Amino acid sequence: MSEKSGSGPTGFDRRAFMAGAAGSALVPMTARAAAQDASVSAAQDPALPVDVTLRVNGKDKRLHIDARTTVLDALREHLKLTGSKKGCDHGQCGACTVLIDDRRVVSCLTLALAAEGQEITTIEGLATDDHLHPMQQAFVDNDAFQCGYCTPGQIMSAVACVKEGHAGSEADIREYMSGNICRCAAYPNIVAAVKQAAPEIMKG
Amino acid sequence: MRSFSYQRATDPDMAVQALSAAATANNPLTKATAQPLAGGTTLIDLMKLDVMRPAAIVDINPLARSWSAIEPGSDGLRLGALAKMSDVAAHAEIQRNYPVIANSLKLAASAQLRNMATLGGNVMQRTRCSYFRDVSYENCNKRNPGSGCAAMDGVNRMHAVLGTSDQCIATYPGDFAQALIALDAVVEITGRSGTRSLPFADLHKAPGTTPEIETTLRPGELISAFSIPGRWPRSVYLKARDRQSYEFALSSAAVALDVQDGTIRDARVALGGVATVPWRAREAEALLKGQKFDDGLAQRVADAAFADAKGRRHNSFKIALGKRVVARALQQAVTMEI
Repeated sequence: MSEKSGSGPTGFDRRAFMAGAAGSALVPMTARAAAQDASVSAAQDPALPVDVTLRVNGKDKRLHIDARTTVLDALREHLKLTGSKKGCDHGQCGACTVLIDDRRVVSCLTLALAAEGQEITTIEGLATDDHLHPMQQAFVDNDAFQCGYCTPGQIMSAVACVKEGHAGSEADIREYMSGNICRCAAYPNIVAAVKQAAPEIMKG
Repeated sequence: MRSFSYQRATDPDMAVQALSAAATANNPLTKATAQPLAGGTTLIDLMKLDVMRPAAIVDINPLARSWSAIEPGSDGLRLGALAKMSDVAAHAEIQRNYPVIANSLKLAASAQLRNMATLGGNVMQRTRCSYFRDVSYENCNKRNPGSGCAAMDGVNRMHAVLGTSDQCIATYPGDFAQALIALDAVVEITGRSGTRSLPFADLHKAPGTTPEIETTLRPGELISAFSIPGRWPRSVYLKARDRQSYEFALSSAAVALDVQDGTIRDARVALGGVATVPWRAREAEALLKGQKFDDGLAQRVADAAFADAKGRRHNSFKIALGKRVVARALQQAVTMEI
């Protein structure tokens, strides 16, 4: 979650290893040659990539991508922000949850083109300097995960859940966090984490 | 996902024009080569599954500026079609005067999906029939007209018991539509020649011999708003499902009552999770009018609501379950404090 935790104690970086090992499989779809790009105000040629500017964690990112690219794939494959996870890729599991204009959405069903001009916040954008976001810290404190794959989505969803005012009771937390599936079933600890972080987040 | 051209519509005329452009190739609407994109929670999902294959997507989200108002008035409610499910569900006046609407939205999908999905898209969502969603099944009359129906003798636990035909038993999956049909909502439709209005009850079409035709919308038309006459503070949406949250209905009931001095003056009952289209149980409603409520009446109403139900191998339980849901929803509506 913090920058420091990217590498293990041996200096081995799982992410760099995987990217290297699977390098050829990660060639983006947009590698197709493009003579020129079409604007989106008129229907663009589906065979050509388009220019999109996404605002991610406070920074504008220019991308040259296939129109089919979802926000999730733009983040993971093009911006190397792999915190947001691809679970089902059909909007059913919540692992890809991000905030768009401060509202939680599933990034796997959001076209990057449709998110242009909006503020996207990912798990990488929560922590400030060396301080974890209160919700991140609460997940650590409460051991609110086992394998960790659903965790970034859980945390993004939980931050929004609190800000929406839906973390007032355990029943509310369970109802309003139901869009985030945890196959390890760490639910009791997730509920405890949300309860712990809620007052601090509401305090601002 | 197949490639498509993407276009952002900045005003209704532009949207309607772009959606009409391929009009000859746009029948039926479910297979239209140009599809509108709002929340995308159905469309992008079905495109990934290769169930929907539009060549052009018209992003209508910029129209939200004029099409997303939530307007409760003294004689009714108007909801813009691009209002988000979550915003309508959280609206204090809707919770107070139209609890059946607020709860039908709140009990649907997940918080993330409700933040994305619009009201117009919600009523247009496609069935969750697993044979419809899995293109490896050739025989789906909805996807491939005339090819047969794998669900008839397949795993049909989730399928419909009302409004079915020998061509299709796919369930209409939504919740909000039951509230709309119960409250006599009117749908406002914007097309090339301006706007037209239609009773919401006339929007969806039962499968009959053409399950690929799901609504009476014409190519190039968009839902722009819903109007609900009157106020219904005594109204309930009850949803029974396999999980407590984030699941489609096995059976649901939208009930709205007008009770004065213990006598039911007006009654609305609609059923979800059990029918091929949003389902109004008018025979059941007729039994309630002018009566005083008791458990025996609730049972007779529930029986009437499912009088024409036809179960298949795995879904007959929905008839018994559905009756209990109707009876309990009526009980809740009668006893609620308003």
